[in-house]
Amino acid sequence: MLPDWIGPQDLAALWLTLKLAAVTTVVLLILGTPLALWLARTRSRFKLAVESVVALPLVLPPTVLGFYMLMLLGSQGPIQALGGPGLAFTFTGLVIGSVFYSLPFVVQPLQNAFASIGAGTMEAAACLRAGPWDRFFTVVLPLSQRGFLTAITLGFAHTVGEFGVVLMIGGNIPGETQVISIAIYDHVEAVDYASAHVLSGLLLGLSFLMLFSLYAINGRLKMVLP
Amino acid sequence: MTIQLKFDLVRPDFRLTVDVEVPAHGVTALFGRSGCGKTTLLRCVAGLEPAVQGRLTVNGACWQDEARFLPAHRRPVGYVFQEGQLFPHLSVLGNLMYGYRRIAQDRRIVQPHDVAELLGLEALLERRITEISGGQRQRVAMGRALLTSPRILLMDEPLAALDEISKAEILPYFERLHEDLSVPVLYVSHAIEEVSRLADHMLFMEDGVIRAEGPLRELITRADLPLVHGEQASAVLIGNALSHLDDEHLSCIHLPGGMLYVPRIREPTGGVLRVRVLARDVSVARQPPLPSSILNCVECTIKEIIDDPHPGHCLLKLQLGDQYLLSRITQRSRRQLELALGDRVWASVKGVALT
Repeated sequence: MLPDWIGPQDLAALWLTLKLAAVTTVVLLILGTPLALWLARTRSRFKLAVESVVALPLVLPPTVLGFYMLMLLGSQGPIQALGGPGLAFTFTGLVIGSVFYSLPFVVQPLQNAFASIGAGTMEAAACLRAGPWDRFFTVVLPLSQRGFLTAITLGFAHTVGEFGVVLMIGGNIPGETQVISIAIYDHVEAVDYASAHVLSGLLLGLSFLMLFSLYAINGRLKMVLP
Repeated sequence: MTIQLKFDLVRPDFRLTVDVEVPAHGVTALFGRSGCGKTTLLRCVAGLEPAVQGRLTVNGACWQDEARFLPAHRRPVGYVFQEGQLFPHLSVLGNLMYGYRRIAQDRRIVQPHDVAELLGLEALLERRITEISGGQRQRVAMGRALLTSPRILLMDEPLAALDEISKAEILPYFERLHEDLSVPVLYVSHAIEEVSRLADHMLFMEDGVIRAEGPLRELITRADLPLVHGEQASAVLIGNALSHLDDEHLSCIHLPGGMLYVPRIREPTGGVLRVRVLARDVSVARQPPLPSSILNCVECTIKEIIDDPHPGHCLLKLQLGDQYLLSRITQRSRRQLELALGDRVWASVKGVALT
């Protein structure tokens, strides 16, 4: 049973968007956490270069990122040339593009959270017999809760709002690669302002709610953690 | 039983080269100015300096040599950091139990109940770290380290970040620690009062090397070390017996070669006691002094006469039995009394501090 104010194609786009954002956020947490730990602790001369690459999506037009992604993943790209699967215009391709697109929004809050845990705190844990994994789960994780919360919210919300990258590497296949922002664009192109209103309002409300919850929870954590 | 330390650590602007053996009992002070490498040496023992080369053996157990480097979390040390480094996300109890929980049950020699009592933490257990004072935090840091039942306790200026009131509050706990526990302590400090109050043995460090090493009582009176020259220059004496004059509220400390009166103390008769006498509190006379309000007067032999950086002063190293006193006098007094090596003199002691 579908509500009548939203069409089945729009509903599919909404569902795909949420799925894409969720998968992307999980992948980013798994990849971003070790990367942020490394960036927060290293004195390597590669640190600056890696930091700049991580921050690139902040300044690069999404279409540029999407174009390179298409070159990389498309039928002429090196991955297919090496016998890999064709990832352009698939959900997996979308996830890969989104991971790069939202990378700074996850890595930077985590890096800041990890850096604010002093080396001395970690050494104290080591001198109390906690090994590296033990230290991560019992000291780093609890002390960077706010960083994780920010990273998850921003990573998710930013992926929900993605347009250019998806358009370049995902195309606009309804039910497969059509996300909500592209669906809105389509409605506007077709002068179907009513549908565009519904989806835009939905996205606006959703984004506001996520940020509001983030700030509310962060405020409460701030009182608990120093 | 000993602790053998042989370390070589090279940094761009600093080099630590140490090869020394210290007793695995009592308190050994790592003493020297800021930047002399004492904290770095302590960190090497804890395994917090992975770049260090060398050997480390504690009571026969090798923690580091050419082939192995035991990581910090596998070394049975208790480390008390200068800033405490307590975990802000855990309560006092959570901090105390963090290390305890990670020790195998059959190796838990120190028990939480005893530590809480020894350090006076019973009333604080549920508190958050942000809600307790600096002195209380350092006590938690100590308790947390003790509860890992360490084979060696490493203390990095645990009092340096505290104000005088907190220091006075925490020192008695340190002294109890010293008496109640048999675990050896390496104690980093640049405060001579603290060291002469707590330590039995001393490593005197300068520019990354150990310049002198030995029992505290010998080192703080050695003419070739700068320790004898400061305002806080002092001697530490060990009393080998003790008696009380209850009606006068005094106690007597018997030293080989003399006796010192101190205000009545709780120590049982016959106990062993340490006292500290500042060089500036000792004056000398050729004859037994006339009746005076100064109680403590002992006959000594002048063992050494040491010139002071202050041109008007000099230091006398006085032998009393097999121990030494320091006396800081003016060059003028030295000339007028015609003091020379080997002379017998009467030393009046204005103040005796129990340690």
